[in-house]
Amino acid sequence: MSAVIPIHAGSGCSDAPVLKERGQREVFCGLTGIIWLHRKMQDAFFLVVGSRTCAHLIQSAAGVMIFAEPRFATAILDERDLAGLADAQDELDRVVKRLLERRPDIRLLFLVGSCPSEVIKLDLSRAASRLSQQFMPQVRVLNYSGSGIETTFTQGEDACLAALVPVLPVSMQQQAPELLIVGALADVVEDQFSRLFNAMGLKQFAFFPSRSSTALPAIGPQTRFLLAQPFLGDTAKALEARGARRVASPFPLGAEGTTAWMQAAGAAVGLSAATVDQAITPARQRAELALAAHREQLQGKSIFFFPDSQLELPLARFLSRELGMTLTEVGTPYLHRQHLAEELAWLPAGTLLSEGQDVEKQLDRCRAARPDVVVCGLGLANPLEAEGFTTKWSIELVFTPIQGFEQAGDLAGLFTRPLTRRQLLAA
Amino acid sequence: MQLTLWTYEGPPHVGAMRIATAMREVHYVLHAPQGDTYADLLFTMIERQAKRPPVTYTTFQARDLGGDTADLFKNATREAFERFRPQAMLVGASCTAELIQDDPGGLAQALALPIPVIPLELPAYQRKENWGAAETFYQLVRTLAVKPTQPREKGGQPRCNILGPTSLGFRHRDDVREIRQLLEQIGLAVNVVAPLGASPQDLARLADADFNVVLYPETAHQAASWLTRNLGQPATKTIPIGVAATRAFVREVAQLAGLDPDAAATEAQARSAWYAKSVDSNYLTGKRVFVFGDATHAIAAARVAARELGFKVVGLGSYSREFARDVREAAAQYGVEALISDDYLEVEAAITAAGPELVLGTQMERHIAKRLGLPCAVISAPVHVQDFPARYSPQMGFEGANVLFDSWVHPLMMGLEEHLIGMFRGDFEFHEDAAPSHLGGAAKPVPIALPAPEPDKQEGPAAAIPAAWAPDAEKELRKIPFFVRGKARRNTEAYALSKAVPVITIETLYDAKAHFSR
Repeated sequence: MSAVIPIHAGSGCSDAPVLKERGQREVFCGLTGIIWLHRKMQDAFFLVVGSRTCAHLIQSAAGVMIFAEPRFATAILDERDLAGLADAQDELDRVVKRLLERRPDIRLLFLVGSCPSEVIKLDLSRAASRLSQQFMPQVRVLNYSGSGIETTFTQGEDACLAALVPVLPVSMQQQAPELLIVGALADVVEDQFSRLFNAMGLKQFAFFPSRSSTALPAIGPQTRFLLAQPFLGDTAKALEARGARRVASPFPLGAEGTTAWMQAAGAAVGLSAATVDQAITPARQRAELALAAHREQLQGKSIFFFPDSQLELPLARFLSRELGMTLTEVGTPYLHRQHLAEELAWLPAGTLLSEGQDVEKQLDRCRAARPDVVVCGLGLANPLEAEGFTTKWSIELVFTPIQGFEQAGDLAGLFTRPLTRRQLLAA
Repeated sequence: MQLTLWTYEGPPHVGAMRIATAMREVHYVLHAPQGDTYADLLFTMIERQAKRPPVTYTTFQARDLGGDTADLFKNATREAFERFRPQAMLVGASCTAELIQDDPGGLAQALALPIPVIPLELPAYQRKENWGAAETFYQLVRTLAVKPTQPREKGGQPRCNILGPTSLGFRHRDDVREIRQLLEQIGLAVNVVAPLGASPQDLARLADADFNVVLYPETAHQAASWLTRNLGQPATKTIPIGVAATRAFVREVAQLAGLDPDAAATEAQARSAWYAKSVDSNYLTGKRVFVFGDATHAIAAARVAARELGFKVVGLGSYSREFARDVREAAAQYGVEALISDDYLEVEAAITAAGPELVLGTQMERHIAKRLGLPCAVISAPVHVQDFPARYSPQMGFEGANVLFDSWVHPLMMGLEEHLIGMFRGDFEFHEDAAPSHLGGAAKPVPIALPAPEPDKQEGPAAAIPAAWAPDAEKELRKIPFFVRGKARRNTEAYALSKAVPVITIETLYDAKAHFSR
């Protein structure tokens, strides 16, 4: 029942060739995901097993958050740990014990693998199951890898959620389909979505990850899951392995994207398009109104995306279709063709898509294209500004609430602001 | 394994990046996994550099670990050379690459590039950022400094090098300007400033100077000692932070340059000395200050606090283990035990126990102080973006002394303000919980129903309570101006303990006052 999204075979970029590149990558590793995940899961603690570099990375990315007795830390490996593996397991037990004594409020502990721990093949899954046995039922211990050799930025969330899927309870309910929204969303966005679902008359829905680890959503064969984020390949696979079925949809960015996403949610549980439409119309109209002002400023401006979060394709689709921007190159660290099929179909034909990165070559292409706006990481933003480009730093797109109708105007505003600023300062 | 929530220093390869980024015409090829590029944003965001750090990362991924990481490294090095055409290259491994045991030095050598390629051995599981910076600078100097074939001709204007300033250094940019100006004022020529702003060609002519000025021993001590041993260049020992130290520095430099030390020192001018003497600063006398930072800045700050501002140093510590001995010696002068630690929870505990009225530290101490409700000023790295200011604000030299005075005294109540609060204590908009007017904005009108017996926040929770306070004595204690009340409470309790008085009455309070005023 996906008739709500008119997709014609061969339209847009569905069959477009993708420039695949390898070389130096200017991206974060998956450890960075901890920074927003720990805010979402309020009784979870993230213990990175890694080097001083890992600790330094998280502290650089977390800024000042680290001081509010944060729920993440690093067990820094030293020479003695590198000498023998048995010893490292004992050390880990000691560190975890000390940590849990210090933080008795913790119910879920993630042992997060890093490049060093992966390379020395420290078996964190064995450690997690051993520690789980020791501390259950008080604390559950899980593990996943946020290493740079395996994950890029938001893929850290994918790895974390995929590790959580096997412990989700089995749903006892057998008949009517239940809807599961997958991907960490800001609380404010989650609440808006809940209100819209209620207005649609949708009763059985839950969000994953949940705010508390003691209230994890139950899943079973009647579960239909809808991705709220485009970077959840492994999580989707794990959910499917437990019998849940994915609902295909574009991602809820912009008025159009959110409408299609809401329609997909409704259709998945058997609601009619008209019912959904009625429930979401006021919010959709507000979003369209909010976008109109930004459209004037962005119409016809060109934009270039460096790879960062896998949000690039949905964002490019939103900027081109709803705000009239011209796409030069849209880079993504990883392109999941199946999950992004609807997005690809909506992208204007002829868009240059690139997967992976060779940063020096990509910078050459960016300079040659002379886009009006460049979306890139903080390592590139100021140097590109100094070369005369207007940039929008991409990490903000992950930390700011951008999904849903009420945020559509804010999302557009993230792209108009640097342009406005440039005009103001030039005047 | 060490459980860490916060680290004062990054890994050693970040230290190497600080050297490479500070210099010109140098390129660093770092064998590292995807993600280690995070360090770029320290330079582009915190220091607000307009260029990318001159670092190429090999960015190996899990699928590369089978065997071609060495090829990856060679390709990255070759391509970096062709693209950037530097005068010299640094090659090395980050913590993960150290484990996979490719040999960056050997691999780079096999490429036979037509420039010096310097391999860096930075043990990431033993050493840290400052060590990495010092080692990198030392290797660069050792490789590139050319030993003159014949001794330099005597006579002519005396010359020196300025060693130590790096990228991401706390106020290095302005310290260099201040010290260069000072040196030129007394008749010296500055030969090379390194690593900040120097190229490999500049390092090659380090030998053209008579001696070296070491501004930051954390980064330059090792290179300077090598230059002393191999080129016979003496190095300065005094760190010119504070008025007295700057004067001593001028004398030391003049002596090394063969100039008249007394004549050189008379130029010395700083407003801070007069400011510290002015009556408004009377209230600074004996203010309890806790100092923590890198060894150089912490030692200097403690000296300025005690000798030039009349504070009482109640704690001194550093995260620089390499210079622990110097910090211990300095701490002994103030009768405190040095805290050598890189665990910020330990620092927090020490600050709480010492009960200071002002904290001088790093970014972390700023947050600790905020949590404890204490005034604080930043004196050392690590620092955040606001401590790479647009305005001129050195720490060194005479202008540096002025900057120190302003930035340390600012978070405290100024004398007059404190006096007024003492007079109008309890006034609805001018009470002890109001932040200094220049910090907290408008005072919130707070109902003056002061919570009755509550320990003063100035003394810190660690102060054990030996005897109970009788309610009327507690009430009497509150009549004492709050900025000395903590001291009064401590003294009274100590007195009660020494006399084995079980309950502190008004009598005990005044007995203690009399006892301590002798």
